[in-house]
Amino acid sequence: MEFNATLLGQAITFAILVWFTMKFVWPPLTNMMDERAKRIADGLAAAERGKQDLEAAEQRVADEIRKAKQQSTEIMLAAEKRANQIVEEAKDAARIEGAKLVADAKAEIEQETLRAKEVLREQVAVLAVAGAEKILRREIDSAKNADLLASIKAEL
Amino acid sequence: MAGNATDYIKHHLTFWKSSHEGFWSFHIDTFSVSLILGFIFVGVFAMVARNAKLENPGRLQLFVESIIEMVNTQVKEIFHAESKVLAPLALTIFCWVFLMNFMDLLPVDLIPMAAQWIGYTFFGADPHHVYFRVVPSADVNATFAMSISVMFCIIGFSIKAKGLGGWGKELLTAPFHAHSPVLVAILAPVNFAFQMVELVAKPISLSLRLFGNMYAGELIFILIALLPWGAQWILGAPWAIFHILVITLQAFVFMMLTIVYMSLAVEKH
Repeated sequence: MEFNATLLGQAITFAILVWFTMKFVWPPLTNMMDERAKRIADGLAAAERGKQDLEAAEQRVADEIRKAKQQSTEIMLAAEKRANQIVEEAKDAARIEGAKLVADAKAEIEQETLRAKEVLREQVAVLAVAGAEKILRREIDSAKNADLLASIKAEL
Repeated sequence: MAGNATDYIKHHLTFWKSSHEGFWSFHIDTFSVSLILGFIFVGVFAMVARNAKLENPGRLQLFVESIIEMVNTQVKEIFHAESKVLAPLALTIFCWVFLMNFMDLLPVDLIPMAAQWIGYTFFGADPHHVYFRVVPSADVNATFAMSISVMFCIIGFSIKAKGLGGWGKELLTAPFHAHSPVLVAILAPVNFAFQMVELVAKPISLSLRLFGNMYAGELIFILIALLPWGAQWILGAPWAIFHILVITLQAFVFMMLTIVYMSLAVEKH
């Protein structure tokens, strides 16, 4: 064991090495490693967030689908109801129309009947008068019996 | 071999010295090897730090990062104050000491013989007077240089954490506390002596532990090299394998104790 100037030389070397490490080795490497750790943590957080987002989206989609189904059911029910209603309305309308047609037809028939009766009456009257005339021509002057004829005509 | 075994061992344990005398003589081998190893360490690490990729790092970068992570974990677990110096200091100690210790695993004759051949061939030196000790951490100068630097760091950390007055007060009032002024005055020199012993014991234990392990390891490799060449592997291989553990452990212990000492230095008593 012998101490000499080597000790000083070694100490200076040591100091320079430590200084160099402190300046050019430690900070860049640790900064880089910290940044990497941060980036990994961020990535994991983002993945977690993505997963949550996906879950939320799936939930929303399920909700939407459920809502849409419900809505479609409602629409179908309403449509059915409306269709029934329309059919009922059509039935009613048809019934009313039918009744009206029947009434019209009845009225016309009545009128025709009346007219036919009138015509018949007139013809009967004419016939009667004609018959009476034929009978009377031989016996009475038609002019003299015109009043009578008219009254008979009115009675018929 | 048996006849000149002593010479062989002595030759292996002699430093390559500069021509100066006394304190100013200089171990060129220790200094140059540790300097080259230091440059390898900072070179590789700085290169990796410069080209560090956030994504898709290469193998070398991952290796460097794992060392940094290890050091960082230890520092964060033990040292609870803020310091920009301690972690790089610990990293430098770990890597540099490891590399210096690693020289122990090179064949004991490889570098010295190469040095002898170069000295003889190119400089016309007498091969028997070309010395080269390749393990810097088996030189007390190298280990004490680090541990004394660590001691100054301990003092610096103490002063920075507690102020010059706070540290001075602690030197006189701990570990023995008293309330009456008379007793405080009596205990002050005792406390101071204790604190000085504690302060000095730290670098001595740090450096002698490392030096002792490496010196012993080197010596055993030299002794194994004295065996007949066919039998050397029987002892050499197990010792080298065991030594892989030792050199790593010693580097780790030096680093850990440095961190522990620094955390003690900033702690208030």
